Amino acid sequence: MALALQTFPTVKDANAALKAPGTRYLGGGTLVVRAANEGDVLVFGLVRSTDPALTAITVADRKVRVGASVTMAAIARHPELAILAKAARAVGGPAIRNMATVGGNLFAPAPYGDFAVALLALDAMVGTEDGELPIETFLAKRDGSRSIVTSVGFTLPKADGFRFLKVSRVKPKGVSVLSIAAVLEQAADGTVSSARIALGCMADRPMRAKATEKALEGKKLDQNGIAAALAAATEGIAPVTDPIASAWYRAEVLPVHLGRLLLA
Amino acid sequence: MAKIPVQFTLNGSEKAEFIDSGTTLLNALRDKIGDTSPKGGCHQGTCGACSVIIDGELRLSCLTLAETCNGAAITTTSGLAEGGVLHPLQRAFLDTFATQCGFCTPGMIMAAKVLLEHTPNPSRDEVVEALSGNICRCTGYEPIIQAVLAAARANSQNAA
Ligand SMILES: Cc1cc2nc3c(=O)[nH]c(=O)nc-3n(C[C@H](O)[C@H](O)[C@H](O)COP(=O)(O)OP(=O)(O)OC[C@H]3O[C@@H](n4cnc5c(N)ncnc54)[C@H](O)[C@@H]3O)c2cc1C
Ligand code: FES
Ligand code: FES
Repeated sequence: MALALQTFPTVKDANAALKAPGTRYLGGGTLVVRAANEGDVLVFGLVRSTDPALTAITVADRKVRVGASVTMAAIARHPELAILAKAARAVGGPAIRNMATVGGNLFAPAPYGDFAVALLALDAMVGTEDGELPIETFLAKRDGSRSIVTSVGFTLPKADGFRFLKVSRVKPKGVSVLSIAAVLEQAADGTVSSARIALGCMADRPMRAKATEKALEGKKLDQNGIAAALAAATEGIAPVTDPIASAWYRAEVLPVHLGRLLLA
Repeated sequence: MAKIPVQFTLNGSEKAEFIDSGTTLLNALRDKIGDTSPKGGCHQGTCGACSVIIDGELRLSCLTLAETCNGAAITTTSGLAEGGVLHPLQRAFLDTFATQCGFCTPGMIMAAKVLLEHTPNPSRDEVVEALSGNICRCTGYEPIIQAVLAAARANSQNAA
């Protein structure tokens, strides 16, 4: 294996080095080093930056900024990010969580990317040296992305306004059959005033369930209220087939799990 | 390609080596430094046999590049016994028959060691969670879970 790693103190210099062909950024390495171990010869250069801003978490006035090199374990134990702990703990086992970064999760292909599903529901902004992009746009363009993600930013929802669920066959740690994250706001009478729902494993990358979101608005979170939303759940999905589950199975069980999440 | 220097402490003693850039910590430990306690099972992050403790955190040495460990403190299972006396976890693994072929054992012990450092009296569920990234093909897991619980009990008796 001929993999050469270059380390730079600044993101700027690392970005410049990343322009060389066959070069990728090294986050926690759980995907990119694995690919090299498996014989992926398309990547022969790795670049990383040790800029301390990349590992910083700041929370001020419910506005959160998480550096791209922050690990799942660091999120799971951060007292002010308690509502995200479940999504961070959904990623791999303990050793993987000590290595897997937020930045890397944004690039992880299905069935991975559970934390990115949470970030999509949070409507996070993804930061690079060139500025910020809404996560939905970022995910759509990520294959052509050549700049280092430096941070993600989002507003913390109210504790009861964020829901996350991951379904896996192996407990307590297993790869996703699917994952769902929802940010729900409810009016005083209990009807949904706004809903953002993101799905994992329902395409090659996390996607928004826009038809479901629309069908929920103005509805109560009870059996009758969510019926139209569940009927719309499979609209626009193209689930992945892999050794964990077939596309057919994923589509069949999506409304069941979405229903459980909404009624929880 | 030019070799690059790496330097870290391994089980308390300073190590310095020249390696090829991109060498995994697992390969550096086993092939360069001669510590064969971390095992290469899958090289994919799935089996946990290569688990080591880096600066107090459980990591997979097969997915860690050695050069990212410059200056780090690394613990492996080979560093646990002191003066020929086994570490309580090693003792418990023997006593409860938690080892058969032994291939998963060093990784299991690393995962258990980190758990007991943070949670000296874990519940069964906490043990299962802590070992969830480690695969064993032999024991059926129950003896391993019992070994970790026994080591925790032995530690708390010694502390009392
Ligand atoms: C055994 C195992 C179990 C796993 N289980 C799960 C799971 O349950 N859920 C899940 O979501 N994932 C899982 N994963 C996948 C993976 O660990 C996570 O998705 C993780 O968050 C990836 O992050 P990383 O830092 O390790 O990425 P890396 O491997 O370092 O990088 C992955 C890709 O992203 C790019 N990249 C990384 N950081 C940046 C950045 N800041 N800017 C630009 N590009 C960047 C890299 O160049 C590379 O192409 C698992 C992996 C393994 C090996
Ligand atoms: S060899 Fe590292 S996890 Fe299997
Ligand atoms: S004892 Fe053989 S793999 Fe666990």
